Amino acid sequence: MMPQTAIFTTLLVASLLFFCWSVYRRFSLLCYGQPEERLDQPARRLAEMFLYAFAQLRVLRKPFGLNHFVIFWSFMILALANGEFLVNGVFPSVSLALLPEGVHRALLLAFDAVSLLTLFAIAFSFIRRLVVKPPHLDSLYVKGRSPEAFLILSFIALLMLAYFGLHGSLIALGMEDPSAMPVSSLVGSWLSSHPDLIPALRNVSWWLHAFVLFAFICFLPHSKHMHILTAIPNCYFGALAWPATQPREKFEKGAVYGVGTVERFTWKDLFDSFTCTECGRCQAACPATITGKALNPRQIVHAIKTNLLENGDALREGRSGTLPLIGAEGEGTNTEDAIWSCTTCGACMEACPVLIEQMPKIVKMRRHLVETESRFPEELLNLFENMEQRSNPWGIAPGERAKWVSTLPVKPFVAGETEYLLYVGCAGSFDSRAKQVTVALATVLNAAGISWGILGKDEKCCGDSLRRLGNEYLFEKMALENVELFRQRGVTKVITLCPHCLTTLKNDYRQYGLELEVVHQSELIADLIRSGRIKLDKKDDSLGKIAYHDPCYLGRHNDIFEAPRTLVQAATGVAPVETERHGRNSFCCGAGGGRMWMEEFTGERVNHARVDELLAQKPDTICVACPYCMTMMEDGLKDKGAGQVRVRDVVEVLAEGLLRKNA
Amino acid sequence: MLVVVCVKQVPDTTQVQIDPVTNTLIREGVPFIVNPYDTHAVEEALRFKDRFGCRVAAISMGPPNAEATLRKALAQGVDRAVLLSDRSFGGADTLATSKVLAAAIEKLAKEEEVGVVICGKQTIDGDTAQVGPGIATRLNFSQLTLVDRVDELDLSGKKIRVSRKLEGRHEHVEAPLPVLLTVVRELNRPRYPTVAMRLESADAQVEVWDNKVLQLDVNGIGLKGSPTWVSRIFSPERAKGEMLGDGAHDPEGAAQLLIDKMLEKDLLAL
Repeated sequence: MMPQTAIFTTLLVASLLFFCWSVYRRFSLLCYGQPEERLDQPARRLAEMFLYAFAQLRVLRKPFGLNHFVIFWSFMILALANGEFLVNGVFPSVSLALLPEGVHRALLLAFDAVSLLTLFAIAFSFIRRLVVKPPHLDSLYVKGRSPEAFLILSFIALLMLAYFGLHGSLIALGMEDPSAMPVSSLVGSWLSSHPDLIPALRNVSWWLHAFVLFAFICFLPHSKHMHILTAIPNCYFGALAWPATQPREKFEKGAVYGVGTVERFTWKDLFDSFTCTECGRCQAACPATITGKALNPRQIVHAIKTNLLENGDALREGRSGTLPLIGAEGEGTNTEDAIWSCTTCGACMEACPVLIEQMPKIVKMRRHLVETESRFPEELLNLFENMEQRSNPWGIAPGERAKWVSTLPVKPFVAGETEYLLYVGCAGSFDSRAKQVTVALATVLNAAGISWGILGKDEKCCGDSLRRLGNEYLFEKMALENVELFRQRGVTKVITLCPHCLTTLKNDYRQYGLELEVVHQSELIADLIRSGRIKLDKKDDSLGKIAYHDPCYLGRHNDIFEAPRTLVQAATGVAPVETERHGRNSFCCGAGGGRMWMEEFTGERVNHARVDELLAQKPDTICVACPYCMTMMEDGLKDKGAGQVRVRDVVEVLAEGLLRKNA
Repeated sequence: MLVVVCVKQVPDTTQVQIDPVTNTLIREGVPFIVNPYDTHAVEEALRFKDRFGCRVAAISMGPPNAEATLRKALAQGVDRAVLLSDRSFGGADTLATSKVLAAAIEKLAKEEEVGVVICGKQTIDGDTAQVGPGIATRLNFSQLTLVDRVDELDLSGKKIRVSRKLEGRHEHVEAPLPVLLTVVRELNRPRYPTVAMRLESADAQVEVWDNKVLQLDVNGIGLKGSPTWVSRIFSPERAKGEMLGDGAHDPEGAAQLLIDKMLEKDLLAL
């Protein structure tokens, strides 16, 4: 054996052993997580993996994602070249040259081309980090300009340079055919005029290529670059349905509730944390982060990883770790303030290119705080008591639930006689502004001849805020009561006014075995418009220029984007104007996730940020389709001194149009 | 040492309506809650437990369904719950009620020394604020009402120092143990029961003591032992108000009218 081969083989084997040991050390920690089913429906999972990991669908949503796409696919193609390099280093007689001539030439051409592309992409990455660094590259503990980031980029660049150095030398020596390698042959022809350099460059390039590969193999499992091992499987294990809901808990004596220590997360939660490569897209989308709150979804995921690694030895010895997951200072722990800042809007999950689920992890930690520690912002005590005692967040007497009806001819829901149950919800029943929306909805339903009724005084709160706030015990109690009530009354089809009721009845109650056909008012009415049951010939322009704000729980969580816009279009003849962040990327009003009932002490108010964005469109009216958004927009406009701008629910716009038509 | 908290189940007053014909409370279908002041009493007792390791017993006089109120106290962490329930206790006014509660506390004291009794300052259904003082009188305990802060509880020196919230001022007072406190809402923020405590309390034992246990003279308790009774309950008639200006079209003018009116009636201090 040549000494070179011997040294190479020794180093390769050592690197691979170190790699395997590191990977084992890290990934064996997943075993301490809780079980979670993520292996069902393999065909669908493969499709998701193809779309998000290989086709990089989400990566490409941002312009700079193209750069990553180039690096990713170059890496995939060059894996073959690097594989050959490693095998050839151990067994010098084995190489791709053993393949048929045509295939070999095609591969060489591809290697040459993508290596050059990669060099450009790495150059852009350097420029992005050094010159035009977007702020979301920095989190508290991981900086865009960290040595780690530059080391990884340098490794890749060095590999490419070594590749060209090596193959340029071989071409100059006449040992390789230049015709298949245009870039390397350029290096080769330059070398021909410096023949004294050729042997040295060939050797240096070969060893550089070898050492960088070994270093990469050793470093990989210890860096954020580990995502090249985890991202593809993470897309395979991703949630098949949009996780707009949280899993149930089992309430029995001796059980532990929520997540208070890192091993209480599921293995998939932990795997998510190994997958995060700190791209910062979630933090760039998070309304809490943007408005200066303690929460940064990326740091939540980072904290889980750091905590798991820090406490890993303790877990292996069967103890709980010493670094607390919640409430301590510094890296590897989450502040309670951060946990309570989440609006559960889901923008982070929508932004993540590799399908990490940040929001549910926050709710799991809230569960621990509420159910085990009984520690939460003090405003919530009233909310919890009101919900438990009077089944509405304000603690208003349940007997007043149907007061909005007043003089309207509203029927009680009777199975067989009325088709739909109109589930009015707490806001629609008690909030004076939202009650106007309820009346507008009733008017439209009657005009279209829909058969509907209400539960009146017997209606109870759906419990949405409780579930998102982590008070799962109370939520379950209310959910069970509602499921029983709906079953008793024979409810099968439900119209909701509020997207939060919609999601709870539709997505959450399913976990209790209740399958209802639930529609948001805007969906039902959009259908009525399409089928011609609601006709508006005279278009109403009295509301002026209308900007539409997508409620998170209607849009992102339940995929209803078009219906509310249809209502505005039908009533006014003009489509609403769009803000920069709209549709799937809409920006929260600040009230979701139970934030409606909490004070907002830090940073800018979320609703102010959103109102500013809407006001940039210079609208006369802001349209919403959610009572929380209504409150937040109206308050925001008042605070911003823009009281002249009106806020309307889309159904109000339509109802006003109908009234005008009849007038 | 044992700390005893007295709690009462009361109708949820936001949901109580008065029957205009009979002038009585419509109790049907009205949910019951723990008297809000009593929740602060329970919390303070639990804080004594947390700090000094003393045991806490909650007692309540009421019908069998008042057990729910005691179960809530158990969920919050009290060690023992006793429901005083007997037909002969029914219809009691504040005097007869305080006799039964005092007898129960005396009985508890036979097993373990009672150092502190805590009550809410009043109940939201009767609003008399007499039961706490009545118990203290019958037990011959020091009596500190309207407590909004406990400054010191000195178990070895057998004394307590508290702040009392009076109209427009605070009073700092000290009294020897045993003592009865009646407390106001400002005293503390009641804890929210953890799920584990709720599940525990669901199976915990609520002791029920009837008059066979307390052995009180039936002529001194219940309706028979009550020198006061309610002759009539009614909602005070409210004189019809007047509309001032047009708030929808001239909010500033309407506000000005309102301010003038309030100044005129001396409702605004300038």
